[in-house]
Amino acid sequence: MTGDAPLLLAEGLGKDYGARIGCRAVDLSLHEGEVLAVVGESGSGKSTLLSLLSGAQAPSAGRVSYRRGDGVLADLALMPEAERRLLMRTDFGFVHQRAEDGLRMAVSAGGNVGERLMAAGRRHYGAIRAEAADFLARVEIDPARMDEDPRAFSGGMRQRLQIARNLVSRPRLVFMDEPTSGLDVSVQAKLLDLIRALVEELGLAVVIVTHDLAVARLLADRILVMRAGRVIEAGLCDQVLDDPQAPYTQLLVASVLTP
Amino acid sequence: MISHAMPSQAPRPHADRGRPAARRAGEAAGRAPVLVVEGLAKSFTLHLKGGTRLPALAPLSFAVGAGECVALDGPSGAGKSSVLKMIYGSYRIDQGSVRLADGDDAAELAGADPRLVLRLRRERMAHVSQFLRVIPRVPALEVVAAPLRQQGADTAEARARAGALLARLNLPERLWGLPPATFSGGEQQRVNVARGFLAAKALLLLDEPTASLDAVNRAVVVDLIRERRRQGCAILGIFHDAETRAAVADRTVNVTGRPRDQTETT
Amino acid sequence: MSMPALTYNFAYLDEQTKRMIRRAILKAIAIPGYQVPFASREMPMPYGWGTGGVQVTAAILGADDVLKVIDQGADDTTNAVSIRAFFQATAGIATTTRTREASIIQTRHRLPETPLRDGQVVVYQVPIPEPLRFLEPRESETRRLHALEDYGLMHVKLYEDIARHGEIATTYAYPVEVEGRYVMDPSPIPKFDNPKLDRSPALQLFGAGREQRIYAVPPHSRVRSLDFEDHPFRVQRFVAPCALCGAADAYLDEVILDDAGGRMFVCSDTDHCATRREAGHVGEMGSPPLAPRDAPPPPLRRSDGVGGPTAADPLAAPTAEIAPPPTLPSPARGEGGPKAGVARHAEAGLRAPAGRNAP
Repeated sequence: MTGDAPLLLAEGLGKDYGARIGCRAVDLSLHEGEVLAVVGESGSGKSTLLSLLSGAQAPSAGRVSYRRGDGVLADLALMPEAERRLLMRTDFGFVHQRAEDGLRMAVSAGGNVGERLMAAGRRHYGAIRAEAADFLARVEIDPARMDEDPRAFSGGMRQRLQIARNLVSRPRLVFMDEPTSGLDVSVQAKLLDLIRALVEELGLAVVIVTHDLAVARLLADRILVMRAGRVIEAGLCDQVLDDPQAPYTQLLVASVLTP
Repeated sequence: MISHAMPSQAPRPHADRGRPAARRAGEAAGRAPVLVVEGLAKSFTLHLKGGTRLPALAPLSFAVGAGECVALDGPSGAGKSSVLKMIYGSYRIDQGSVRLADGDDAAELAGADPRLVLRLRRERMAHVSQFLRVIPRVPALEVVAAPLRQQGADTAEARARAGALLARLNLPERLWGLPPATFSGGEQQRVNVARGFLAAKALLLLDEPTASLDAVNRAVVVDLIRERRRQGCAILGIFHDAETRAAVADRTVNVTGRPRDQTETT
Repeated sequence: MSMPALTYNFAYLDEQTKRMIRRAILKAIAIPGYQVPFASREMPMPYGWGTGGVQVTAAILGADDVLKVIDQGADDTTNAVSIRAFFQATAGIATTTRTREASIIQTRHRLPETPLRDGQVVVYQVPIPEPLRFLEPRESETRRLHALEDYGLMHVKLYEDIARHGEIATTYAYPVEVEGRYVMDPSPIPKFDNPKLDRSPALQLFGAGREQRIYAVPPHSRVRSLDFEDHPFRVQRFVAPCALCGAADAYLDEVILDDAGGRMFVCSDTDHCATRREAGHVGEMGSPPLAPRDAPPPPLRRSDGVGGPTAADPLAAPTAEIAPPPTLPSPARGEGGPKAGVARHAEAGLRAPAGRNAP
């Protein structure tokens, strides 16, 4: 929201898996506090794009740059791995579709949340625990359950735990890959409310991949429609949903019962 | 630089009746209008219907000055709501230009960067749509307070002012904590109006703000509009109800393109 | 080992293999705490019996070395006896049970109580060299974590300990940081021994045969046990002294005496205990002072059979509560009595005062 320099910048971004196209020629920028939804059907390249943006995968073409705390726009691929990893566990967050992919299932909820603090060099058990309890409460997990491991948690709770684990390091940028799919509708709604509140409260920049236009409308400022690895339409969230231009976007919007 | 394109900019003595002196002074100093629309047109291409082109708005030009209230007029389907939506950014501007005063400059909304539109929504313009569309499960009070909070107001203060406005619109306090989805049409409408009017904006876009209100609440809305005008807010609205239109609007712009925009009111 | 020893090269391994292992050792010394892969050979003993340690010892052994082998602190357990015999047979070198006389000490699960000296080499047998494996099973990932010095995970393990047990319950294989850089598993020694690794004048080599890793702590290196500011590292402290020699600052084993709950606590370091008793120290259940031991090492092949190398796994021992020393007659210790029923007396009741190993 402040300054004109983007937090994240993708230029000519592409990824091929052999002959298969992951995504092609994607340009985008994301500013502080902005929520960008990436929508499209399965196989449209949404998740590939997310993995490129978050630095989890190296692109085969183009580049992703991140504005570091010192204001310098740095190419993720050219960063030393140690620095990139440091970013990933401090400035970045990544919420996986399957909580099991983003949590340590054999570690207690408190340990899961505290891990980033310990990775950042925090060495006071009591302080780490207090902060973990605080973040668990913020995602509506009873701190009395912080010593249980996530295997004892429901799907919705696991997802909230995953969010707490990511947010405890006060990231500037959070990537979310279908964070609500696979949950019951009522649980989905609660989780979306929570994500929306946290995003606003913490001023997070978010890139969220979803196939659910309602999720996009609820959370996003801007939207990016992907098909066959390419961005076919992008713009203000309500504009793209209310006045879709591309044939495919119109089909997507028309396919939703209540977008 | 844009004043030459103002068909409605010619001073009209009778239109100044009842306006604050400050506004007249502003106009006398040659201040640019808040909103300038030039050659704005729209059509929809329905790809799912074999690419059918559906004309939605014939080229339209007009301007709205500070403290002025302009009513959009025209038959149903002539594109009145589309004009408001294009200005607010919910529809894309295919053709023409929409400029909104922004500081010492004017921001072009046609093809504008989404971030610019979002900032202008936050700081400069509000839209009271025909139907309230809000985030589900958020209580009415928060829905109304949101625009103030987006402008950086303290949560408690935003809630207090939101509550005062809802009270003025006679929305029972027991409803404030409930999500508006469960409300009647009239109750939703009042939440919608309160949300649009709470934060001070340079431009107010009103799409049938009194459509489902009773006489008492209609009068409250009319009062609110007049208040905003006195504060220098430019208002562009669609008022189906002739009485309300007469009560608030200086003049009417017909969206069918005929420059019949000097219709006098009040 | 029924074949004549002469069939074998000196210390069993061929010279090329020893050179390969020496190169790994040199690299390990150059990068303290870093796990160097090496081409571990099949040895004439099963994995878990010290194949890594034996290969390291074989690679550094010279004709004039004096070898001591201990298992759980004792010179007379099966594993120790077998390995000592192995090198006597394949290298014909001198062996000893006295810490002070040894130039190379191969060990499993303990460090001698007697302070090590300049010029000595300790060879640890290591079952699992990777301290991060508990939480990160992918070897590719743990190597990356080491490379990037990304050790938050190690503290997650300690955090879990405190969260579940109210304290850092890890009592053996307690992770250490070497020279401010690599985090290392000191092998399953009790954490009681961790402070002895710090700035030790001896060279410490670690060999993991099954896992094919060698790592090292060069003499005088800083070795710090990981901990939290508000849960500092501390070692076990025993309430009662050794029942045989009266040592108050040694690591003790619990020896079950009968089926009626009778037990005693004795030094796990048999050499330490015997040396003290020779010098006239007597514990509550100790016999009169021993006559000085003969210089030659104890006869071989005498403590076969009872209790495998894993019989006295410290992990298996429940936290024992301190009972008053039993008043039963002392068992004949130091004469080859099997250590059956020996359990680690891991956490003997009272905590040590803080700061024993405080940085």
